[in-house]
Amino acid sequence: MHKKTIVELAAGLKAGEFSSVELTGHFLERIERLDGNINAFITITAEQALAEAAAADEKLKAGEAGPLTGIPIVQKDIFCTQGVKTSCGSRMLDNFISPYDATVVTKLKQAGVVTLGKANMDEFAMGSSNETSFYGNVHNPWDSERVPGGSSGGSAAAVAARMAAAATGTDTGGSIRQPAALCGITGLKPTYGRISRFGMIAFASSLDQAGPMTASAEDAALMLQAMAGFDPRDSTSADHPVPDYSATLNDSLAGLKIGLPKEYFEEGLDGGVRSSIEAALEVYKGLGAEVVEISLPNSAMAVPTYYVVAPAECSSNLSRFDGARFGYRCEDPKDLEDLYKRSRGEGFGAEVKRRIMIGTYALSAGYYDAYYLKAQKTRQLISDDFKQAFEQVDVIMGPATPAPAFKLGEKTDDPVTMYLNDIYTIAANLAGLPGLSMPVQPVNGLPVGLQLVGNYFAEAKLLNVAHKFQQETGWHRLIPEGLD
Amino acid sequence: MQWETVIGLEIHTQLASKSKIFSGASIAYGAEPNSQACIVDLGFPGVLPVLNEAAVDMALMFGLAVDAQIGSRSVFARKNYFYPDLPKGYQISQFELPIVGRGSLTIDLEDGQQKEIGITRAHLEEDAGKSLHEDFHGMSGIDLNRAGTPLLEIVSEPDMRSIKEAVAYARKIHQLVVYLGICDGNMQEGSFRVDANLSMRPKGQQEFGTRTELKNINSFRFLERAMNFERERQIDLLESGKAVVQETRLYDADRDETRSMRSKEEANDYRYFPDPDLLPVEITEQRLAQAKGRMPELPDQKKARFEADYQLSDTDATLLTQSRPQADYYEQVVATGADPKIAANWVTVELAGALNKAGLELSDSPVSAEQLGGLLKRIADNTISGKLAKQVFEAIWQGEGDADTVIEAKGLKQITDSGQIESIIDEIIAANPKQVEQFQAGKDKLLGFFVGQVMKQTQGKANPGQVNQILLKKLKS
Repeated sequence: MHKKTIVELAAGLKAGEFSSVELTGHFLERIERLDGNINAFITITAEQALAEAAAADEKLKAGEAGPLTGIPIVQKDIFCTQGVKTSCGSRMLDNFISPYDATVVTKLKQAGVVTLGKANMDEFAMGSSNETSFYGNVHNPWDSERVPGGSSGGSAAAVAARMAAAATGTDTGGSIRQPAALCGITGLKPTYGRISRFGMIAFASSLDQAGPMTASAEDAALMLQAMAGFDPRDSTSADHPVPDYSATLNDSLAGLKIGLPKEYFEEGLDGGVRSSIEAALEVYKGLGAEVVEISLPNSAMAVPTYYVVAPAECSSNLSRFDGARFGYRCEDPKDLEDLYKRSRGEGFGAEVKRRIMIGTYALSAGYYDAYYLKAQKTRQLISDDFKQAFEQVDVIMGPATPAPAFKLGEKTDDPVTMYLNDIYTIAANLAGLPGLSMPVQPVNGLPVGLQLVGNYFAEAKLLNVAHKFQQETGWHRLIPEGLD
Repeated sequence: MQWETVIGLEIHTQLASKSKIFSGASIAYGAEPNSQACIVDLGFPGVLPVLNEAAVDMALMFGLAVDAQIGSRSVFARKNYFYPDLPKGYQISQFELPIVGRGSLTIDLEDGQQKEIGITRAHLEEDAGKSLHEDFHGMSGIDLNRAGTPLLEIVSEPDMRSIKEAVAYARKIHQLVVYLGICDGNMQEGSFRVDANLSMRPKGQQEFGTRTELKNINSFRFLERAMNFERERQIDLLESGKAVVQETRLYDADRDETRSMRSKEEANDYRYFPDPDLLPVEITEQRLAQAKGRMPELPDQKKARFEADYQLSDTDATLLTQSRPQADYYEQVVATGADPKIAANWVTVELAGALNKAGLELSDSPVSAEQLGGLLKRIADNTISGKLAKQVFEAIWQGEGDADTVIEAKGLKQITDSGQIESIIDEIIAANPKQVEQFQAGKDKLLGFFVGQVMKQTQGKANPGQVNQILLKKLKS
């Protein structure tokens, strides 16, 4: 059952081949058996999942089932879940039971999903390897000595190891696409504002965006359908119509114009990855697409811009974790200042503290213009690059990451090298554009991700372009050895 | 040395919206601690602010009332600092691009002159919660009911040159926001809070001296006292050759003094930046026009109209337009057909006096505008005398019914039948021959005696004009 996509599982449920309770039990059994070595879950909500599955079975029997009814998924632990621990991968929230559901959680519940638990992640979504989690490393299902990527590392590993049919993730600088690439699954970061941020613990508010992480583009369409839409509780959510994402999956790609940013194929790109991307482009040419070289001249500014904007916003967003109302509080604070200093000093991990300090610095009087304001300007230039590019092409393609999954501990001592892992993904966040990563031909048994970037609200197009590729190839069907 | 005082005020007005500026929680005063704080106000992980558009419209009305520049785009910014009553660790305020830009307000000075005070800006922000330091045995209690309450902070230019001017300006702003219906003006409950920036300079000097900021002032009386104390303190320092330190000072009403709270060096770096959770507010022409359409007549306009339409004196018009309820009440009295000048007198003297004595607000007046109008009608048509009218007013106040009912029940109807008055006078003249003789011998003062006798006889109901006229005629004949 676990090898099936959501579409296939939904068909099986409807046909009565198996019940949601059986399916959920099957996934729970796999989690029990496999997650000790992978560590993709922070919390497993078995009892609740089985109850949700039983309710789903009732709906299936009554003929009221939708495409996600009874499908077991995992929520990234950044989404608030009522009555369930919501840790955000941090010691700071290790004791935090959310009193409410995030909009994404509510919407998926309404769509009838079964929630198996909460996925491991980099602390407060800050990381590219899942090594900053308070709950320990997540091991890449393709090679347990390697990282799954981050920050949605637990989500990606859970889907790759088929411990859940799908997962939610969030992407601030690549946190859906990069782990999707390193774990060999399909991950979509929609247009900024497409999915509500209400109840999603904020890292960098102007960049954060939730999205689906699935085994196929077709599954991603179903998940996005349930997650997308305007939310009056999020002022930045887009009041823009939500199309039927599944309806256009099979549209022909004849005449599709694919842009290849020359800046994405320069030095720093792994040779194996380059070959896999080139092979994928050949598939597209076979489908009738035209490939043209384009330029995104301000690409080199993406990472530095991001590492001003994101830390600046996070330094303010994380101020609420002060030990006063919820979350970690130090032992016996002697006064208010001691309470703040020790609660935050002990509750946050090193990477989070590093970014809070960078951000605090960037916003300080006398530095604001040189850093934050300047970064806003370069951010605009990066957006303008894309605007010009989309006057020429329908979709932009390139590698999702410079190389396949690296080894655990390999980059932890060098933050800048770690940050460069997001070099191809960050620009889409700065511009607010949708991006998708999907597996192409592996290199030395390790997954490689192809990234697709589309124009604003072009999620349907990205899913169509990805789905057609997946119909032609079988890379997304690969399951790590020993986990099938 | 002659010193000149320079004052600028920052006034926090709590906007009279139903709910908070970024959440749906109520802002009603006096609820149980933390009973009106939702997850958004508590700054829980994952929550987001959603702007209360009513607060924006109120700010726009204020901007229009002070003839301010209102930009097409306004931005909310985060002011970052840690404090237990600030749940998010930042206050959502405005920094660059406030909702209301430069404007001005004209105040009346004691010598009858007017002065224009510049308004630098007015911006929207959320209030913080309250820290309660008593009753917690070495700990502090936090009440977050107030957290997220909408405030409009009105910042003036340092244009005031005396404490009297500053108080007049604060009062005028108070009158304006209450008139506009955007603030309840309750200073006791903290709905209208004034911070004063005060500095001294030698008269004639151009550049400003070092200022201090006075906080925690919750009445106009305290404002005046705090500034007086601070003025004297600064002059003492300067005259003894010491420097004024730029700092924030707290006014202690019990001791009537100001004391240092924090110096400039201790001031926070608030790291303002645009709040990424909120979109910029776009102010369209249409929205401004709508706000304009909702604006009531402003105090100055109303005063001018009262002077023109009702031929009122400057004093009466000023008094009557001091508050909107009073002006409305007055106009309702006039609408019953009452003489505008007599009505003005009754509203500002008799009614105001009675309310003041009873400690009541006009809204709680036992005498309605219609009832007062009914009373004035009976004075005008000579049914009762002006003197008895006060007795009737008292009875209406006590709930004995409207004027006609009271006059009927108490038999207070004025005697205007000259035949009846004449016969009473005849009796009195006959009974007091000695006094008649003295009067006729030139003791004019005795007229009062005869009037008194008539009034005594008629229980004050005889028409005084007629009594005088008939008495004089009879006594002099």
